[in-house]
Order: sequence, then C-alpha cells, then structure tokens
Amino acid sequence: MTEPLIYEICQAGRRAVSLPACDVPQTPLPAGCEREELPLPEVSEIDLVRHYVRLSQMNHGIDTGFYPLGSCTMKYNPKVNEAAARIAGFAMLHPLQPEASAQGALALIYELQELLAEIGGFAAVTLQPAAGAHGELTGVLIMRKYLCDQGESQRDVILTPDSAHGTNPATTSMSGLRVVEVPSDRRGNVDLAALKTLIAQHGPRLVGLMLTNPNTLGLFEENVQDVLRLVHEAGGLVYGDGANFNAILGIARPGELGFDVMHYNLHKTFSTPHGGGGPGSGAVGVRDFLADYLPGPIVARYESQTFEVAETSKVSSLRWYMPPKSIGRVKAFYGNFGILVRAYTYILMHGAEGLRQVSENAVLNANYLQARLKGVYPIPHGDRVCMHEFVAQGILKAAPGIRTMDIAKRLMDFGFHPPTVYFPLIIPEALMIEPTETESKETLDAFADALIQIAEEARTQPELLKTAPHTAPVKRLDEVRAAKDLVLCYAPGCG
Amino acid sequence: MNYIPNTDADRAAMLATIGARSVAELFRDVPEERRFPALDLPPALSEMEALRELQALSEENDHLGQLSCFLGAGAYNHFVPSVVDFLLHRSEFFTAYTPYQPEISQGTLQAHFEYQSMICALTGMEAANVSHYDAATATAEAVIMALQISRGKRSRVVLSPTLHPHYRQVVRTYTQGMGIQVVGDDVPASASLDALAAAVDKETACVIVQNPDFLGRLYTPAEMQALADKVHADGALFVVAVDPISLGLFTPPGRYGADIALGEGQPMGNPLNFGGPYLGFFAMKMGDVRKSAGRIVGQTVDAEGKRGFVLTLSTREQHIRREKASSNICTNQALMALAAAIYMAAMGKHGLRTAAELSYHKAHFAADLIGKLPGYQVVSQGPFFKEFVVRCPQPVARINQFLLDEYGIIGGYDLGSDYPSLRDHMLLCVTEMNSRAEIEALAEALEELPNLDRPTEEAADD
Repeated sequence: MTEPLIYEICQAGRRAVSLPACDVPQTPLPAGCEREELPLPEVSEIDLVRHYVRLSQMNHGIDTGFYPLGSCTMKYNPKVNEAAARIAGFAMLHPLQPEASAQGALALIYELQELLAEIGGFAAVTLQPAAGAHGELTGVLIMRKYLCDQGESQRDVILTPDSAHGTNPATTSMSGLRVVEVPSDRRGNVDLAALKTLIAQHGPRLVGLMLTNPNTLGLFEENVQDVLRLVHEAGGLVYGDGANFNAILGIARPGELGFDVMHYNLHKTFSTPHGGGGPGSGAVGVRDFLADYLPGPIVARYESQTFEVAETSKVSSLRWYMPPKSIGRVKAFYGNFGILVRAYTYILMHGAEGLRQVSENAVLNANYLQARLKGVYPIPHGDRVCMHEFVAQGILKAAPGIRTMDIAKRLMDFGFHPPTVYFPLIIPEALMIEPTETESKETLDAFADALIQIAEEARTQPELLKTAPHTAPVKRLDEVRAAKDLVLCYAPGCG
Repeated sequence: MNYIPNTDADRAAMLATIGARSVAELFRDVPEERRFPALDLPPALSEMEALRELQALSEENDHLGQLSCFLGAGAYNHFVPSVVDFLLHRSEFFTAYTPYQPEISQGTLQAHFEYQSMICALTGMEAANVSHYDAATATAEAVIMALQISRGKRSRVVLSPTLHPHYRQVVRTYTQGMGIQVVGDDVPASASLDALAAAVDKETACVIVQNPDFLGRLYTPAEMQALADKVHADGALFVVAVDPISLGLFTPPGRYGADIALGEGQPMGNPLNFGGPYLGFFAMKMGDVRKSAGRIVGQTVDAEGKRGFVLTLSTREQHIRREKASSNICTNQALMALAAAIYMAAMGKHGLRTAAELSYHKAHFAADLIGKLPGYQVVSQGPFFKEFVVRCPQPVARINQFLLDEYGIIGGYDLGSDYPSLRDHMLLCVTEMNSRAEIEALAEALEELPNLDRPTEEAADD
C-alpha cells in the first residue's frame, strides 16, 4: 500500500478552497516585492480528503490498537477532552486580547496551576513550557539562576543517572552546564556509593541532580530519600523528570519526597493526544523558595477593595503576573492552552480517587504483563515489583540470531505497536513496555500471547521475524540510505 | 469518571498471577511515611457535568466568534478551511506518537515529508524540519545553531529591534547560561536596516530580522539582500523570521540571501487557541542540516524497493547523542505541522495568494480610512503587508476598552508596552477575515473617541 505525494496528484487549475471577492478598493503592490512563483499544490477537495484519509490509514494510533511504547504513556485520549478544547470560548481567543475579556481562560489556567501544584506537592506552577524537554530546560535554568543569586555561580555540574532520558543530558548542555553520569546499582537504583564519590568530587561545583522516579527501568528508587538528602547536603537541588508521573498520582507527591523542581508531561499523565509527535505541555512545579524564578507570565489572583455606596466589598480578578526573579519567558504567550483545556477536563473528571486509580491500574497492568512474560524473555529487574512499566530484553537463548528489532517488527503483524526499543541504554536489547491503565486484561493477554508466540517462532521460523513486518503498508525501511542520500523534500514543482 | 476497563474480578485474577495480595502492596518501594497522600481536589464529575462547567467557564470569555478582531502581533486570525480540522481528527494521526517505528507510521511520516516540501516551496529554502514549539523557540534554536556552526568561535548575536518582543525575550532566556552577547535591539524601533548592519562584526554568529517586521513594515528583497551581503561578508548567518501568509504574495527569504527562514506557522490552519498550540516552522540550506535541531523526515526505500519515509539524521538528536545533541527537543508540534500541511495543500498556490492579497488590500483600506480621522496618524512608512501603526489621541488600553465595550471590537496591540517611544501607538492587523463593514465600523468607533475626555495620567497608567 502506497500513496502518491500530494504534489503527484496535482492538476493545474484545481481548487480546494474558495475565498470571498475583494470588497475594498485595491492598492497597488509595492514595487519589486512580488514573488515570481509559488510552487504549492493544486488539488480538488475530494482528492485532498482522500489523500489524507488514506495516509491516516497507514498509521497506528492508540485508537487503532495497543501502543505500549515505554516512557510515552500512550493511554486512551478521552473524546470529551476534544469537545472541551473546541468550545468557541476557548478555541477562538486571541492571546493578547484584554485580560478582562478572557477571565474564563485565566481562571482555567489559574485552577490548573493550583491542581497540578496540589497533585505534585509543589508551591507554584508555570504552564508555559510546551513539552517535557522544554520543562526540563525551564527547571534547570531556574536551578542555575537561583544558585547564581545565592552567590554560587561557580556551580556548573549536573548529575544524571545512566538510565536517564537523553533529554536530561541534552538539557544540561543547553543550559551551559556540564553533565556527569551516575551509574545504576544492581537493583536498578542510583548507585549510592558512586553518588557519594561523585558528590565528594564535584560538591562545590554541583548544581544538582536530574532524577526520573520511577526511573526508566520502571523502578521506584528504593533509596530516594537518601539520594535527595545527599544532593541537598552538598548544596545542590534535585530536578524531577515527570515523564513517569503516571505511576504515582495519589501514591506519592514528589514535592513531599524532596524534589525541588519537576515537570509534568500533560500529554502523557493527563491524557492529551500525542498528535504524531506533539503538541505536548511540560508544566513545571517548584518548591516555595523557587517560585519567584518561574517563567511567565503566570496567572495570579489579585484582590482589590472596591468602595461602593453602602458597603465595602472585595473583588478578585485574575491577572497576568511575571515572577520578580523570573528566568524570563520560555515561549511566546502562555503555553499550549488547547492542551491545558484537555488536561484540566481530565483532572475534573477524575478527582483525587480517580487519579489514584489511574496509577494503581497502570502499575497493576505493568506488573501483570511482567509476570506473564517472566521466563519467556529476560527481565533484568523482574525480581522487583515494577511501577507503570518494565524493561525486558529481546534475547532468546534458543534463537541467537534474533534481535529486539526483529521482535518489535513482528509484533506489528499482530496489530500491536512495538514497545520502546534499545532504551534505556544500560539494558542490552531493551524492550521497554508501558501498558497504561486504559488497557483491559484481554488486551494485555493478547499482547503477552503474541510475545510468547514470537519467542516460539524465533526458534522454529526465524525468517518470519527477520522479514517482518508482513502486514504493514511497507516492508522494513532502509534508514541508513535515508541518512546517506538525503532526500528531504519533493523537488519538482507541479505546474 | 475514569477510563479503566479493569473490573474487580480482573484485578483479583491479575494479582493472583503476579503473586501479590493487594494493589497497595505493589507500592512497597515508596517511603511509607510519604505513601498515599490525601489529595485535596474537587470531586470527580461525569462527562455531562464537566462539559457544563467548562462551557460556563468559556462563557466568561469574549471570543472571536462574537467580536471582530483587529489584533495580530504574532497570532493571526486567518481563515481555516473546514477540511483541516476534519482531517486532523483522523484518530490514526491524532493518537499516534513520534514515528519511531516507520512501517506503521507512514501516514505521519509522508504527511510530514510533504510538510517539509511545502515549507521549502513557500520559503524558497532547501530543507525544513518538522516544527518547533513556536516561532519564538525556533528563533532561539536558530541562534544556538548559528553558534554551533561557528564552532564556538563567535559569541555575538544581533537582533533587530523590530523582531517580535517575545522572540527576543526567549532568545535571551535560552542563552542565559551560554556566555554570549545578545545585541542590536536597544535602538528605537524606527532604526533602519543600515543601523542593524553596522552592529554586525567578525564576532557575530547571526543576525535576525523579521520581514514583515513586528510593526508590519515590509522590507524589499533588494534591502534584505543588501543586509544579507553585509552579514555574509562578516561570516555570520542571516536569519529571517517571516509571516507565512505574506509569502503567498511576496518574495521568499530564500531569494534574498537567508540562511535560515523561520516563523510562526499558526496562521496556516491553526486556531488562535489563546496562544497555543502553535508551531515554529524552520527552513535552512542543505549544507547546514546536520547542525540543526528537531525531527527531520527523509525519503528512502523498503526491503522491496518501494518508496517510504523515515525519521532521519537522528544522530543529531538527544535520544542518540545525549549531551552532545544539537538541541534537547523531543516532543514537538507535529499535529500543528500536519494542520499547516493540510492548509497549504488546501489553499494551494492560488488560495494562499488570494488570502495574502485580501489581507493586503483590506489592511491598506483600513489604514486609509483611519489615517483620515482627526487625531489619528498612520505612522507606518513604506510598504506594509497586513499590520500598520497608528498614533492615537488616547492611551491604547482606553481605546481598546471602549472598542470592546461599545462596538464588540478587539482593537490593536499597545506598542507602548514594548517600545517606550511608541506610547499611544497601536498596531492594527487586518486579514481576509475582516469584512469592509467591520473595517468601517472600526473607523467609526475610533472617530468617536477623540471626543471623549482624555483621562488623567494616573488613570492612563492603570
């Protein structure tokens, strides 16, 4: 199944859109400014619609089937969120219209700031960052600026575990700081002895630690309190990567555990659709002593006395507020508001009990899958309870030629999206599996059965795996060629 | 309401397989004294109740479905054909994530390859990535890319004073730990491109200019080329932030020496949404692609020789290169890029030109009408596209309050908040969405204003 490029279905003279005639006198164009040609497509509306509908059919989404992509929290995206985000009074607001004319939107932002602060155990929240990595940059810049203001501008080292997402070290470099990697111990935790050594070595230079908890092995740090204490004692701060927050809603509050800053991935934990790679929202929460450093504007409630004829009353209004020591703006306007509406809707519908059930069932589902796959695939930390995800290995003794990628591609033939593969980097042939709470036992069983069957096929018919996928729109794609002979856009114009 | 299919019976069966007595037992690694905090959240609502609450909240806003809008300043009210949102809602697009597994992501990958192709066509550039968070962060990433291309040998960045204030602020936020100088924008907004050229030296990594600029002014290709030549003579990169709709009509940056063309993609098929989600588009020369940030889709073949598409040049990215990556960007604005692609394909070469022409003619009609009103002066000199600056006889905030209360009009942007010399100056925006009647109503409303008392200074600053 292939689909021609949009440029390949063009015919000169076709139109998909009509605009009104000009109802004002025309003004001559300025001399020498007009473009010579505009090589955009010419298609009819029906061809356009069929093109994109056919393309959509070449995609696997959550609504098509199970999507256990580890660390990405591919849970069901409730349709009510879409209805909410499309309400005209939200979707048709200009970001710079007078704040008095957008009090409902400011209220939604204010309420969501408060709700996220409560859920995470933080004092203040900004909703401006557009994605998790954007939240990380925000958080690390806050840590850096705070320490500079304390007269500690020599601090330039961030510790990151070897199991960390790539965004953590990348963020550190972007913030002008140095990365020092901390090894994991045999149980998958931060290696405390190594951490102590590194802190002794870098103490006066330490900005802090970036820690994902549960970590990317799907494990809750058994020594989390000790880890945080050691960093704090050395004058450092601890950044929490909230990518895995779906495991601990109502189970633990990172702010209470001692994290100083954390980003929330609203597109993961709070169910907003992933859109083929975005948009996301990387709200950032901080403890009280960092609140003045948040990027803004954020929404604050102002109370003013108004004197009326007979009585004095307090009127509260919501206003934009720039925290006084802010690191500055990290994005134009206020954040991905449309995503905020969806996340707010999700929290309203769950309440405290519902959110705790989310995490309980996410963790239950992951442990169930882990139990079903034990003994079939190696699970390096399978002796521990996992949180919302776990990491298996695509290593089969009976089929030494089979690799994780072969297993992943074969899963497609069963209608499943493969798990995250080859990450975390510290586990060879990693298969990182995150089922989420929105999947039923039947789906989990079907997935486990498929993986068990694939392990058997690997022994008896390895070619079936090596040549997989068989049912996808295309066979395995040559990624090396794509990077070597770069073709990044369609060359010839169409008319 | 939650979205959990597990029943009590399911949970019991699963716990038995796991060998645990209760779900709570699965959380034994969480420090006991911190385990299971009580969250103080409002009670859970049903779908009907939630929608009612959200509807009520939305009704506290005045929106563009009820008002006429002459506000732009980086977020634009352009027509979005119905097919865009309809197609965007194919849940195979909507509920997928980054296309790490290309064989079952060809829809996203091909649509993004087409997006890249159309962005290149629009900007006259050779390569494009699949989006940044918005134009402001795309600008900051352009700065980082320019610094990397100079291999750390250059540490100066020159910004035009009429680059969008938010983009300039975000550049400063992103680069605060990098030990570089960000200069050029501490001169009045009226400064010429020549003044900017004078700020460029051998230490300069890049120069960033917006065209049309934040005040709506359109620089001719000849003026831009002259600046590009000066920038290139000093070995710096020439970065142009551009309004994509203006490119329906005017010469693209690729034809006047731009090394990087970027901009706010929101006007292409994305609703205003109170400021997001939008997308930053980013186009460049082939030779610089390996130093760039963000996802890029490349064409290749499958095992049977059939054409297909994959994410490529991933070795630049954080998940492979970690601390040596060109950027930390991971999740981007992929769905908004898809909307922009569908928009460009639907509008096509004729539709986009028509939208640009209508915006141009209506903006000039509005400027003519307002320029004739007593007390008002159109101060934009030279050509402009869809935005222009008007000196007003009253503080802009007061005018806007009056327009909103009395006429249901969202007025222009108050330039005094960013440019002290432009106090009482309003930036008005007119697009194809504004009818002649709306424009005439705006002029009529503005005409009434000089007759109102000018407020005292205290009130004006309120």
